[in-house]
Amino acid sequence: MSEEIKLPGSLNTDARIDSWLALDAAGIVNIFTGKVEFGQGVMTAVAQVGAEELDVALERVRIKTADTGATVDEKLTAGSGSIEESGTSIRFAAAAARAILMDKAAAALDVPRDTLIVEDGTVKSPATNRQVTYWDLMGGQKFDAEVTPATKPKSPADYRIVGKAAPRLDIPAKVFGGRAFIQDMEVAGLLHGRVVFPPSYGAKLKSADLEVAKKIAGVVEVVRDGNFLGIVAESEAAAVKARDVLAAACTWEETAQYPDEDNLYDWMMSQECEDTVVEGGIPVDKPIPEIVTPADAAHTVEAIYARPFQSHASIGPSAGMAQWDGDRLTVWAHSQGIYPLRAALACAFDMPKEKIRCIHAENAGVYGHNGADDAAMDAAMLARAVPGRPVRVQWMRDDEFKWEPYGSGMVMALQASVNKAGDIIDWNFDVWSNAHAGRPRAKKETAGFIACWHRENATPAPEPVDNNGKDGGAHRGARPYYDFPKTRIAKHFVKPHPFRVSSLRALGTFGNIFATESMLDELAHEAGLDLVEFRLRHLKDARARAVVEKVAAMAGWDPKKWGKGKGQGIAFNRYKNSKCYAAVVFNVEVDEATGVIKTPKAFIAADAGLSINPDGVANQLEGGLIQAASWTMKEAVRFDPVRITSVDWETYPILTFREVPEIETFVFQRVTEKAMGVGEATQGPTPAAIANGVFAAAGVRLREIPFTPERVKRMMAEAKAAR
Amino acid sequence: MSEQFKLTINGKSHTVSADADTPLLYVLRNDVGLVSPKYGCGQEQCGACNVLIDGEKAFSCSVSVKDAAGKQVTTLEGLGTPEQPHPIQAAFIAEQAAQCGYCTSGLIIATKALLDKNPNPDMDAIRVGLQDNLCRCGAHSRVFRAVRRAARELAG
Ligand code: FES
Ligand code: FES
Repeated sequence: MSEEIKLPGSLNTDARIDSWLALDAAGIVNIFTGKVEFGQGVMTAVAQVGAEELDVALERVRIKTADTGATVDEKLTAGSGSIEESGTSIRFAAAAARAILMDKAAAALDVPRDTLIVEDGTVKSPATNRQVTYWDLMGGQKFDAEVTPATKPKSPADYRIVGKAAPRLDIPAKVFGGRAFIQDMEVAGLLHGRVVFPPSYGAKLKSADLEVAKKIAGVVEVVRDGNFLGIVAESEAAAVKARDVLAAACTWEETAQYPDEDNLYDWMMSQECEDTVVEGGIPVDKPIPEIVTPADAAHTVEAIYARPFQSHASIGPSAGMAQWDGDRLTVWAHSQGIYPLRAALACAFDMPKEKIRCIHAENAGVYGHNGADDAAMDAAMLARAVPGRPVRVQWMRDDEFKWEPYGSGMVMALQASVNKAGDIIDWNFDVWSNAHAGRPRAKKETAGFIACWHRENATPAPEPVDNNGKDGGAHRGARPYYDFPKTRIAKHFVKPHPFRVSSLRALGTFGNIFATESMLDELAHEAGLDLVEFRLRHLKDARARAVVEKVAAMAGWDPKKWGKGKGQGIAFNRYKNSKCYAAVVFNVEVDEATGVIKTPKAFIAADAGLSINPDGVANQLEGGLIQAASWTMKEAVRFDPVRITSVDWETYPILTFREVPEIETFVFQRVTEKAMGVGEATQGPTPAAIANGVFAAAGVRLREIPFTPERVKRMMAEAKAAR
Repeated sequence: MSEQFKLTINGKSHTVSADADTPLLYVLRNDVGLVSPKYGCGQEQCGACNVLIDGEKAFSCSVSVKDAAGKQVTTLEGLGTPEQPHPIQAAFIAEQAAQCGYCTSGLIIATKALLDKNPNPDMDAIRVGLQDNLCRCGAHSRVFRAVRRAARELAG
């Protein structure tokens, strides 16, 4: 295939049909995706796409997810891109496969191709009453052909499987105790590993009594490589016990390194920054213009908003499994990027990447880059001590909280003006943030795994860089989707990084849309305008207007109907300014005496173009909303000068079944529009809708996340004193 | 020191040898081969490891094998199978009440404990019944629906 021809999805990496699907087992369609499942339902969606194009029942489809030995390199599973990349590739590969099958069937049945029909993988000739199955036609052979620009998939108008709710393929195993997760995999000769982490970043091991751990029954190896310490044991219980015993038998030299927790945001704003102006979503290196308040401004509002560093906090701590056979390494990981992981491991172990095979295996949801890659590296480190035997590592709960890369803290300073007519005429947005990227890298000097910081020939943490692409990292969501005549968006990339950070679901969107949608409320209140109408008057895009109008209707929007202590808040976002549209409303209650915020009910209206699996889409939107509500009301990484102090679910609480809202969701189905990922669509509007609801209910404006009862109480008392 | 313990799990008896203080969780997962209880925190904070012991909800990460010996332990595997699902399992599938599903086993066990005591719980009772279980993916609103559906099904 010549270079110039652009194929859709990931097909430019590999256009061979056989790389995407196989009809090698009778009655079964095997589909290969380079993306990975972590509960977002991608397996089911790509199965629907394949079944649709091939005209087979969904039950016939088996999905193989990312494996450097078996699937195409589809890089990361992130940024809501799986459906566009992998889904589109499979759509075209299946369409190309179907065309070949139809040609073969026409020849086999000796009838013209356009007289044939297909029912569940059986090609039938109604005229001659003869039929043949796909599997008979293929006889176990490969297609040995490529997708070409001429490949024509089905018209969406003919869809029977895509666009209809489909039960997720992965759920039954999880409901009946199947071996669904990496922790559950049965492997011959398996050993269990645990890491003994330092107590804080940069701590140096002064002394360690390895013998006490070796004495524990079942311990096979105690590994020390510089500051990297670990256990390999026959049983998991022995590994855990030895881990605790060894941890108690170590002394470390630690240093004070963190800023003052209470002044984190002042600290961020006063550090050396890389300043850029964000134009059309892209950071540009040029001087940041002064703010000039327009002469015709009737109301001008200035406000500073902030979100703290936050954890991915997966329910299942990170895990990895590895086995060395001579100079070959096999790694099982729940990484979001199986090929990038392989490239980084090759650098970390200074070996050719062809000698490494990385296979995806599921763990609990990850929501971005958590400790998955590090745990895989840990397993590889420990497995070196026991050549030929597989070692599985799972981090303990406190390992996860202390060592996972966090979502970056952010400060957003806004100034905006409306004119007498109630139109926004000026919009200034400054965001300070650390990086929202930090995955392992294919760099020998610094592959970026934690084990690389700690082992003998240590390589330092890579210098943090943010994603400076269009709507990339800290500035994702910083440019408004609204039609404002004049905007000035500045990104201040804070250079010193007190913590290890990487991508957390939605990246900068969470902070930026919190600030944007809160400011819209502040302005509307200042100008005395209705919050829904105020948004609509600045939204030209009909699909954006539709979700705002829909959610308002669903929620029975009427600011006047609520009594004291109760109210509703609304917010909107189009993710990355180019993906899924989502508007949300929260019903909010505030208890003045305790400062506790309750959110009994939430509403979502969204438009993701073609929703391949509408029920899966709703599930993602609702999950995103609840997680973002948890970030908003509860979560912050805690620290003292030396150590991380949020180390378990008590010190890092999340929203519980007692506290979550019930949710009503509506998804516009637009079959002729492009399918857009939805995993991050509700992260942005949720914090603002809650903050706006709190203002409606209690008259206090919460600008700093999390909205803890202490903070709410203090603000309510201040507001009272000011009255 | 490894000792022998007799456990009754899902109605079958098993003899395992383990240190007396070994958490039941690891014995179930690695010695008995029942992987539905998950490690989430090891400190009674998340419910991923929930099992029933003599019909009561328990955190298998924090119950020793010694304390479980001689009692009736029930795990998710003991409720139903794909061919013959327990109504709670059927309800979780019908409502697609999971995202990653790591918390699901614990939630189904917690639901069983709840409905055994209170076959017709209102929303508040459901919230309280599940308050010891965490879900990070945000599958909560679907879980509520699944519990209500299961209650209806069980009531016949
Ligand atoms: S693992 Fe037992 S409660 Fe979390
Ligand atoms: S479904 Fe993932 S933690 Fe609950």
